[in-house]
Amino acid sequence: MELFGRIVALAIAAIFVHNFVLARFLGLCPYIGVSKKVDSALGMGMAVIFVMTMASTITWIIQNYLLIPLELQFLQTIAFILTIASLVQLVEMVIQKTAPALYKALGVFLPLITTNCAVLGVAILNIQSQYTFLESILHGLFAGIGFTLVLVLMGGIRERLETAEVPVSMKGMPIAMIVAGCMAMAFLGFAGLQF
Amino acid sequence: MTTMQELTKGFFKDNPVFVMALGLCPTLAVTTSVENAVGMGMASTFVLLCANIIISLIKGFIPAKIRIPCYIVVIASFVTIVDMVMHAYLPELHKNLGIFIPLIVVNCMILGRAEAFASKNNLIKSIADGIGMGIGFTIALVIIGSIREILGAGEFLGFSIAPASYQPVLVAILAPGAFIVMGVLMGIMNLIKKE
Repeated sequence: MELFGRIVALAIAAIFVHNFVLARFLGLCPYIGVSKKVDSALGMGMAVIFVMTMASTITWIIQNYLLIPLELQFLQTIAFILTIASLVQLVEMVIQKTAPALYKALGVFLPLITTNCAVLGVAILNIQSQYTFLESILHGLFAGIGFTLVLVLMGGIRERLETAEVPVSMKGMPIAMIVAGCMAMAFLGFAGLQF
Repeated sequence: MTTMQELTKGFFKDNPVFVMALGLCPTLAVTTSVENAVGMGMASTFVLLCANIIISLIKGFIPAKIRIPCYIVVIASFVTIVDMVMHAYLPELHKNLGIFIPLIVVNCMILGRAEAFASKNNLIKSIADGIGMGIGFTIALVIIGSIREILGAGEFLGFSIAPASYQPVLVAILAPGAFIVMGVLMGIMNLIKKE
């Protein structure tokens, strides 16, 4: 029961309180870039959930069974980014062979994920927060879900914005930023939910 | 374009933050004060300059297919150097910037300049581009940092400049303020460009 409680606390913290996009400022490029439509936002979100969970798992193993025993912690950044880059490549190839339909849906988003700082961010945060193996995997999963949630919400808002009357020089990116600010303000309300 | 133009284009015309919207994550995350903004700007400029130099020197040896991983390794090496030097000599700043120092690796501005400029141009031009873009990035960070620090704390570089009766707009320092200040500045930039 205690384990279940910890998992719920971790989920609420990762999805709402410390939302990766709105509270930690990670993964802003895809957040602004791929949120013009709900469909593509959902596709990107799914790909990110998948890669973040995988990346959390593998970087935790690398840190604890490779870098720490060999005392190579200073190589952390290089090791993690290479792992993520090859992981994304691997995932892309596996999905392409085994699930062509899924590949069609996610395909264009996968290469973009390598430079999504949310993925490297979650890997480093797992190590910094000294999470256990299980917690790391779950943190990756929930952080991905939080990312997808705000990405899809943003997609919905921006579909409406298309037809809204916005001053010419505020069209596109600037108004998206202001909307993100309003969303961040709403998410600040979750800050009281500390465990 | 002459070398001088390569140097100055990043200041305003092709400013990496306001015009090209690259490197948004560190821009919004670390600009709670001018001091952090300058630190982040300097660190990114150093990495960008060094990465541009190395990549323009070795561009002939890198096979086109694996160029992105090669660029990432070069960038990650310099980020590791910055991380260690800062940790040793500027521990306070290192703590403030936190996770965003290793995340310079996935700053799309640096990879973007490597891919779009250093891999196609000679050494001198790449150096000019690296310095120019780095300074442009720092300028943008300092502008956002100043606005947020003045509004949110009534201070500039830690010195109180507002009258004693000033009520700080706390939201400017919190996450929503970053998005809104950024959106307004991008809108103003669009307005200036149009005239």
